Amino acid sequence: MMELHLPWLELAILIPILGALWIGRIREAKLVRRQTLFVCAITLGLAIGEWIDFGTLHTFEAHDHWDLVHRVTTVDILVVDELSAPLLPLTALVFLMTVLSTLPSKAGRFPFRSALILLGMCMAILSCREPWVIVSLVSLMCVPVAANIRERKRSSTVFYLHMGMMSALLGGGQLVLSLPGVEGNVRLGGVLLLTFGCLVRSGIVPVHCWLTDMFEKASMGISLLFVSPMIGAYLTMRLVYPVAPSWLLKVIAGVSLVTAIYAGGMALVQVHSRRFFCCLFLGFSSLVLVGIELATPIGLTGALCIWLSVGLSLAGFGLSLRSLEARTGRLSLRDYHGLYEHTPKLAALFLLTGLASIGFPGTIGFIGTELLVEGAVTFFPAVGIAVVTAAALNGIAILSVYFKVFTGTVHQTTVDLRSQPPERIALLVLAVLIIGGGIVPQPGVASRYHAARALLTQRERMLATDGESSPSIPALHGQITEKAGRMK
Amino acid sequence: MEIIWEPFVSVLGLTVVFSPAVLFALLCGVSLVGAPLSERTIARSIQLAVSVGFVAALGLLLSMLATGLHELSLELGDWVAIPDQHFHFHLKFVFDRLSVPFVILVYGLCGIVGAFTTRYLHREPGFGRFFVLYSVFLMGMVFSSLAGTIEALFFGWELVGLSSALLVGYFHERANPVRNGQRVWSVYRIADAAFLVAAILVHHLTGSGDFSVLMGDGLWPAGSVALSEKHALLVGLLLLAAAAGKSALVPFSGWLPRAMEGPTPSSAVFYGALSVHLGVFLLLRVGGLIERSIVLMVVVSALGLVTAVYAMLAGRVQSDIKSALAFASLTQVGIIVFEIGVGLRFLPLVHIIGHACLRTLQLLRAPTLLHDFHWMENAVGGHLTSEISVWHRWIPKWTRLWLYRFSLERGFFDELLDEYVVRPVIRLFRWSNRMEERWTRWLSMESTSSKPPRPASESSLEDYAK
Repeated sequence: MMELHLPWLELAILIPILGALWIGRIREAKLVRRQTLFVCAITLGLAIGEWIDFGTLHTFEAHDHWDLVHRVTTVDILVVDELSAPLLPLTALVFLMTVLSTLPSKAGRFPFRSALILLGMCMAILSCREPWVIVSLVSLMCVPVAANIRERKRSSTVFYLHMGMMSALLGGGQLVLSLPGVEGNVRLGGVLLLTFGCLVRSGIVPVHCWLTDMFEKASMGISLLFVSPMIGAYLTMRLVYPVAPSWLLKVIAGVSLVTAIYAGGMALVQVHSRRFFCCLFLGFSSLVLVGIELATPIGLTGALCIWLSVGLSLAGFGLSLRSLEARTGRLSLRDYHGLYEHTPKLAALFLLTGLASIGFPGTIGFIGTELLVEGAVTFFPAVGIAVVTAAALNGIAILSVYFKVFTGTVHQTTVDLRSQPPERIALLVLAVLIIGGGIVPQPGVASRYHAARALLTQRERMLATDGESSPSIPALHGQITEKAGRMK
Repeated sequence: MEIIWEPFVSVLGLTVVFSPAVLFALLCGVSLVGAPLSERTIARSIQLAVSVGFVAALGLLLSMLATGLHELSLELGDWVAIPDQHFHFHLKFVFDRLSVPFVILVYGLCGIVGAFTTRYLHREPGFGRFFVLYSVFLMGMVFSSLAGTIEALFFGWELVGLSSALLVGYFHERANPVRNGQRVWSVYRIADAAFLVAAILVHHLTGSGDFSVLMGDGLWPAGSVALSEKHALLVGLLLLAAAAGKSALVPFSGWLPRAMEGPTPSSAVFYGALSVHLGVFLLLRVGGLIERSIVLMVVVSALGLVTAVYAMLAGRVQSDIKSALAFASLTQVGIIVFEIGVGLRFLPLVHIIGHACLRTLQLLRAPTLLHDFHWMENAVGGHLTSEISVWHRWIPKWTRLWLYRFSLERGFFDELLDEYVVRPVIRLFRWSNRMEERWTRWLSMESTSSKPPRPASESSLEDYAK
């Protein structure tokens, strides 16, 4: 396997964790914010470095330079491949923007330490392909969120129940698959356990209530950081996709599609902004799953494109919502708020990010949605129609919320509600990426298509060896090589 | 970028297509970075962009007339391509006997309305916002008019839909315009969904997403489509639903009078003249597909007639001039649809152009006309009288009363849609939402009556100010 030129991955994981330990010693809130910002910026730099370095290698996967983990454990745990290479900088960017858009007046109350721990864990999960390590990290990742809910003196039972169920299912499934000589129905049972675990983490109906519960009870920032990397989809790609039979993928696509439409409908009737955001997120993350499970090159390419576009746009949408909450408190969608005159830029970015998430023309999500629909039509026309229906429902809901929040009345206030420079920078960076990716989509699509093909090849190989043994994903390292010419 | 036409014509074509895009980039870019332009700069930018686009479109028309060409294709290559999978997002714009007159109309009317608006909205707080949306609308109309692929047409449709909805809600400090804007957006989204489903179906039936499948091979208006009669009927009905949403045909007519909540210039150009013709333009474009099925032709004609009669009735009882003009527009749109349904092609095109120009004039004149009307009444010393219609004698009273009620309630179409489509869906999801909340509370073992304390970390800036 090829090797990166620098230990980007190890540093991108280590620095946030060390940063979390470091800021624990600091008392002054504004200094903590600055230091966290600095750590997030370094992590983003490292993640971008990894992406560029990986791009120069022209390979499907590569491990870290001086891979210390490998030397200690003799297993290739930290590996970056075409799937995860752009997800690392995306995740680091969302964390940086979240911290940046935290108002200094709120610095004393935002859990920066938890944010850095989450960042380190996300970086580790996205750099890792060893199933047991992924399962452990995904389970551990819930701790900072649960702690945040408890800190706020709210019940974390729903969150614990679902995340506990997810950990048990993933652990159980992985245990079955890792037992020697497991075949037939027992093996299928293991795959089913893994699948259910991934569906719980993705918030598929009917095991989605933890998402709305978390958004209502935890801080908006932490909730956003917990969901925006779409770890559920990543789990599915890493744990289920290579080993699941085709019929199971179809079942997952079906339930994801139902979830997407259900979430689109639910978004229409929400009266609280956080629950609305949650429904929106649920709808789009389900669409990503639909594309993944179509298991066709075009459908999978669409899903991977939407993964990136929704990650960016919904993070921007969530951050603009969070900025509004910082000014007016939680927003009820029963009434009009008329905030446009006070925060016109936030209004524009709110609309832009919202529209980008539904794949509006000219934004980064447009081509991804087109590809997904194209892939779905090839698979089954009704799926394409369902995807269009879900997008239409979400579109109606987004403009409805825009009107509720920003228009309809004259908002009287004695304080200056204009957006602050850090917030504007954070949202503008996301806006530039959203529009830039919409105007010049070819490089992104080419890269995602290449990743999709490699993943499909990997899956075919995995299924071909299915009868003989149950190889772990790392066992395939090195097997996947470049076969087709790159599109770049 | 591969351009297959002579450089001069290609430059003209590119100017026509991208002139509004440059305008939008300028207006939107400066707004986002926080450096708003002065009213004068905005007005000059509008004049420049529209004039350049208009002159280029005229130049293109003259070039085509001079060379005797009926169709030009401006190929901009693949925006996105995955050659292995035969996926091409092709950017192609078509200049033919349908699109060139329409795009000249678009530039002409938008230019007039732009000039009118710079004075009409002078010193209004939303002056810059209006023109950002205006540029989005212009871009959408130009893209839709010239689209040579389904994707490019969809691109344009979406831009027109968004700008229209936001312009209806232009006076956004009141709830009513905003509600109406939301209504327009919802209908547009349904129309867009129908259009996309039609595109999906075409793709599934023919394996190609090329527009020629819908438009037919050959120069407009000639050309026949490669679909069977049954498939043409299915795809055609979906496209008719899309056109009905966009052009406010029955039963989606309710949004048109609501759209008059926006400022007069936007009502004039968007709903009275251009936007309302977009669905009709689509039907005209896919005329070959409509002709493929007799049943489809009958349905299109019938829908056109029903819309015309309905709009004629509803228009007669309107108490404000903009709504009356909206229904007058709809009457003409219905007639144009009927013309398309019976197989005419050039007559509907001429009808669209003539009607759009007349209606723009009427709508722009409407505010001053009211002023003049009041002046005249003051001069006469009472209300002006009108003669009783000849129908009054021939139609029984109960029928007149029923028709009056029917017209006053705008055919009950909005109520019917709300009662049988919107409310059941909303009720279902509200019920699901309640069940979810109960389930979560039960799992949390939280009381349903007591409201949980709000954490201190959620206090907002406004809370501090209290």
